Amino acid sequence: MNKIETQNVNLHYGDFHALKGITMSIVENSVTALIGPSGCGKSTYLRLFNRMNDLISNVKIEGDVLVEGKDIYERGVDVDELRKKVGMVFQKPNPFPKTIFENVAYGLRVNGINDKEFIAERVERSLQQSALWGEVKDKLKKSAFELSGGQQQRLCIARALAIEPTVLLMDEPASALDPLSTAKIEELIYELKDKYTIIIVTHNMQQAGRVSDRTAFFYMGELIEADETKVIFTNPKNVRTQNYITGRFG
Amino acid sequence: MVSGTFTSVIVLLIILFLFKEGAGLFNQTPMEKGYVVAVNSSNPVSELSPAQFKDVYDGKIITWKSLGGNSDSIKLFRVDDITSYYTEEQIGSNFEHLGECISKLVQKTPNIIAFFPKEYADSSFKGKTINLKKITAWSFVSEKEWFPTAQPVAQFGVLSLILGTLWVSLAAILFALPLGLATAIYLAEIADSRVRNILKPLIELLAGIPSVVYGFFGLIVIVPMIKNIFHLDVGETALAGSIILGIMALPTIITVSEDALRNTPRAMKEASLALGASKWQTIYKVSIPYSASGITAGAILGIGRAIGETMAVLMCTGNSAIIPHTLLQPVRTIPATIAAELGEAAQGGMHYKALFALGCILFIITFFINLSVELISSRRKGGKNE
Ligand SMILES: Nc1ncnc2c1ncn2[C@@H]1O[C@H](COP(=O)(O)OP(=O)(O)O)[C@@H](O)[C@H]1O
Ligand SMILES: [Mg+2]
Repeated sequence: MNKIETQNVNLHYGDFHALKGITMSIVENSVTALIGPSGCGKSTYLRLFNRMNDLISNVKIEGDVLVEGKDIYERGVDVDELRKKVGMVFQKPNPFPKTIFENVAYGLRVNGINDKEFIAERVERSLQQSALWGEVKDKLKKSAFELSGGQQQRLCIARALAIEPTVLLMDEPASALDPLSTAKIEELIYELKDKYTIIIVTHNMQQAGRVSDRTAFFYMGELIEADETKVIFTNPKNVRTQNYITGRFG
Repeated sequence: MVSGTFTSVIVLLIILFLFKEGAGLFNQTPMEKGYVVAVNSSNPVSELSPAQFKDVYDGKIITWKSLGGNSDSIKLFRVDDITSYYTEEQIGSNFEHLGECISKLVQKTPNIIAFFPKEYADSSFKGKTINLKKITAWSFVSEKEWFPTAQPVAQFGVLSLILGTLWVSLAAILFALPLGLATAIYLAEIADSRVRNILKPLIELLAGIPSVVYGFFGLIVIVPMIKNIFHLDVGETALAGSIILGIMALPTIITVSEDALRNTPRAMKEASLALGASKWQTIYKVSIPYSASGITAGAILGIGRAIGETMAVLMCTGNSAIIPHTLLQPVRTIPATIAAELGEAAQGGMHYKALFALGCILFIITFFINLSVELISSRRKGGKNE
């Protein structure tokens, strides 16, 4: 079943045509990788799904973006509700200047949950899901800034998981991390895909190959090709995809 | 580099001059020149503060008990009163026996306090002359009464002026901070760039209006308004001064807070929004805490501006040197006092020096305010690197 669909989506930043008529489906409980050279519109496309592009003035969006069959750009859609369902992990770890515990609890608190026990339980579970619990369980009251970059990124994943989204958007989540931390994040993605629909932007071809079920190749605002990852990597239909995969440009 | 050194030297010289002139006030007695105070030689009291003597002189203190003596009532004697005790013959037509008469009178009246010219307190004088306490830095800041032209002892207590200044300035911030913060939030987070580009220069323009214009505005708009709203006899009150100062502090608070708010990393705000927090929750839980030190710095700078402000408060606060208990009383601030009185004070006199000492106090207060802003903003820079 398709969790997300975009139909002929065009996005302009002012006069700049950043997404050109993108039509694509994203399968539920799978990992979809968005690849392509820098500036081709991967992040822009990803940020469509939680309406993060709304924050930028001068953005114009046309076409339909359906999440669970509903157009999220329709009038009257509750954006805060949408963002609870569609979580996001950013390129650079961006924990709040708060304690480890409060970082994970943040999403619950802003959604009006005050039950202490419930919050504590959910924080622990989320940290376990993001494979961070063992490392931080004795210092939940410490500042999140005391963690290493890799730990901070897993904290941000835990923070996103705490409000139980069904979709997880990840924009180059490991690009700022060392290889060991990257491996941990990839392992995590692998474990999470049973329960979550994950869309990950990456410029790292090997990473796309390792973690994703499906891959979409973007080039200059266009979707060139989207298919099962093994098809994209072994038998792409488009010559530009092939050139990119084999490292001939980008 | 050279000009920086030059400026520092000039500033240092000005401060030195200020403190040198101000320090001249201390260790003097604010008594009218050439007069003494004397009591009966059996009286245990041997020293009075200027404030105590003034109260005795004005009849506000009437027993020796409150001055550390016995429970007798106080008999005040001024030299003019001599004729009610002695006949002209006894005094002598050219007052040649006046000294003896005073001496006798003081000697036979145990509860007397006599105030008379020094020349009559010569070696044959049988009473006990009393020391009037000298002005010290502590008496200067802790005494309540400011009456530098009082006879026979001037009163140099600036507590009411210090409190008046702080009171008016703090109240000003209470008005200005919520309004300024709200405006800063609007400008930084809500207004689109077009509105912002119009509003921002307008607000900065506010900072450039001469303070006498604010004072004038306060006098013809705010003062009558307060008078009518609270049914007061006079509208010139601490409240009027605070409102005017609050308005004057607004541009500082808005500009500094807005800068701080805009410095909140985009990544923090996006993280919050992506977790389903509303725009307002994000402002409240992320932007404001993140820029708290900047906002505090803005508020303190605003207070700093308010504390040093002279003209507008001079025009709107009523200028009476009493310790204020409510905002609806007139108060007098340090800068207004200096501005209003320096022209009348004889150069080099105690009053003149006292005004310089007041200037020193103002300098010290603003110095600490600026120091705290420095500390806060340096801590902010330190805390920002994640
Ligand atoms: N806020 C913006 N305003 C104007 N142009 C933008 C903005 N964000 C991105 N762009 C442009 O849109 C294009 C796609 O950007 P992006 O989606 O970030 O690319 P990618 O993530 O693939 O590197 C780039 O050319 C970029 O310069
Ligand atoms: Mg990107």
